[in-house]
Amino acid sequence: MCGIVGLLLKNSALRSRLGELMVPMLIGMTERGPDSSGMAVFADAVAADRRKLSLYCAQPQFEWRQFEGDWTAQLDAAAFDINANHCIVTTATDPTRARAWIASEYPAVQVLSAGRSIDLYKDIGLPAQVAERYGFRNLTGTHLVGHTRMATESAVTTENAHPYTAGEDWCLVHNGSLANPGSLRRKLEKLGERFESDCDTEGACRYLHWRLSCGESLEQAIEHAFSDFDGFFTFLMGTRDKLALVRDPFACKPAVVAETDEYVAIASEFRSLAHLPGVKHASVFEPKPAQVYSWSV
Amino acid sequence: MVSVMAAAALRVVFDLAHQSVRELNQFLHGELGGVQEVLVKNPDGAHSLAVGLNAPLRVDIGGHAGYYAAGMNQSATVVVHGNAGPGVAENMMSGRVEVSGFASGGAGASAHGGLLIIRGDAGLRCGISLKGGDIVVGGEVGSFSAFMAQAGRMVICGDAGDGLGDSLYEAVLYVRGQIRSLGADARIEAMGERDHAAVRELLGAAGLLHPSSEFKRVASARSLYHWNADAGQTY
Repeated sequence: MCGIVGLLLKNSALRSRLGELMVPMLIGMTERGPDSSGMAVFADAVAADRRKLSLYCAQPQFEWRQFEGDWTAQLDAAAFDINANHCIVTTATDPTRARAWIASEYPAVQVLSAGRSIDLYKDIGLPAQVAERYGFRNLTGTHLVGHTRMATESAVTTENAHPYTAGEDWCLVHNGSLANPGSLRRKLEKLGERFESDCDTEGACRYLHWRLSCGESLEQAIEHAFSDFDGFFTFLMGTRDKLALVRDPFACKPAVVAETDEYVAIASEFRSLAHLPGVKHASVFEPKPAQVYSWSV
Repeated sequence: MVSVMAAAALRVVFDLAHQSVRELNQFLHGELGGVQEVLVKNPDGAHSLAVGLNAPLRVDIGGHAGYYAAGMNQSATVVVHGNAGPGVAENMMSGRVEVSGFASGGAGASAHGGLLIIRGDAGLRCGISLKGGDIVVGGEVGSFSAFMAQAGRMVICGDAGDGLGDSLYEAVLYVRGQIRSLGADARIEAMGERDHAAVRELLGAAGLLHPSSEFKRVASARSLYHWNADAGQTY
């Protein structure tokens, strides 16, 4: 069992309240996922020659200032937004080069996400603790994808928490379990994908990203996933300008959507949506199995 | 425990914005002292609302319910004024459960008796393993509904998904809309006078007005009742 939440704001005046609206959604899914949680937030893209990297280091007293100094000396004069064991770097360095530099100079630092729009936070602990740790209430932006995890098939670690990412400005969260993550992984590793965790969801995330990078639409990629994924899933996915939701053909895992003129909100259960403004007059529906739903900013 | 006593002293209001589901259910399971109606405000998708009732009272849930609302119901009438999460009226024994909106998966699963009315759509596996209860769905039902249903009746006013009535025993289904596919051993049969009467009775109980002539009967062909070694998994 896990919980998923998603929120896309249609009314741009609400963007400054994205985090405030989302935190009760995430906390509402605590019983479904008390082990760890995470949040991918999409905001206006940085300039085309810039990238944002969300970084995490498990070491409690990690010297981000030293990391910043070395980065500035060896790569470029990037901007660093440091928050406890998390840091968002906005840089002109190519993400592949930046990743290689981090892996060689600071192997304890994990790259949680890369892109022009995405910031990503994930950590172990109750959703309320993780939300507090990273100040989720103050997050702003256009849309987000969040998750609360109840670990079933791999350990409770930050790497195994969701959301997962691959490439740039792409993320996925998962409620369910896949029975063939090993074969997916072997297939993708032969194609050059590099895995960073033990979690079955990472295979799904990288599989869909690989399909998308081959030029398929999300609908086409998911159509392939129906035959290549063996297991149960409700997936919520985020791109620079879109949220997408799909449930497996057996719809074992729940999802509910509430849509108003102001927002689209998605959660595993209605109890995470009950606090949203105007939800009593929202169009509330349960997504049908094997149907791809998507909403654009 | 009781937040507001109405003038007649027979109606009690619980507000889940301030009271717990446990307080509500303990009250409903206790000595009711003549209380005949309970209104539950701000349910906000909470789980296990009004489960295990065993008295002829009416409970109105003023909003959306989460998992397992009115499960194991006996004698009571529970009305969800909104949508219901998975497993509404699961294992109902008797009484009546109504959902004004949609119901998620497993609605009325293994209900032994009583009447479940879903005015909107029902999700997957509606009436799975039905054991004698009746279900009326105003909209459509999802795939694998009435799987292994043993006894009871389902009236489906809209369409049905894949695998309807797979491995049915003696439950009978009446479907007004399109059936995407029938499950193994389920077949469409002619409507007899008793079938028309059953549909009229159940629609009448739900306050729905479709003519019974618009429904088709789905029942078991009973070819799975005895093991056939020659069939080789080709059912």
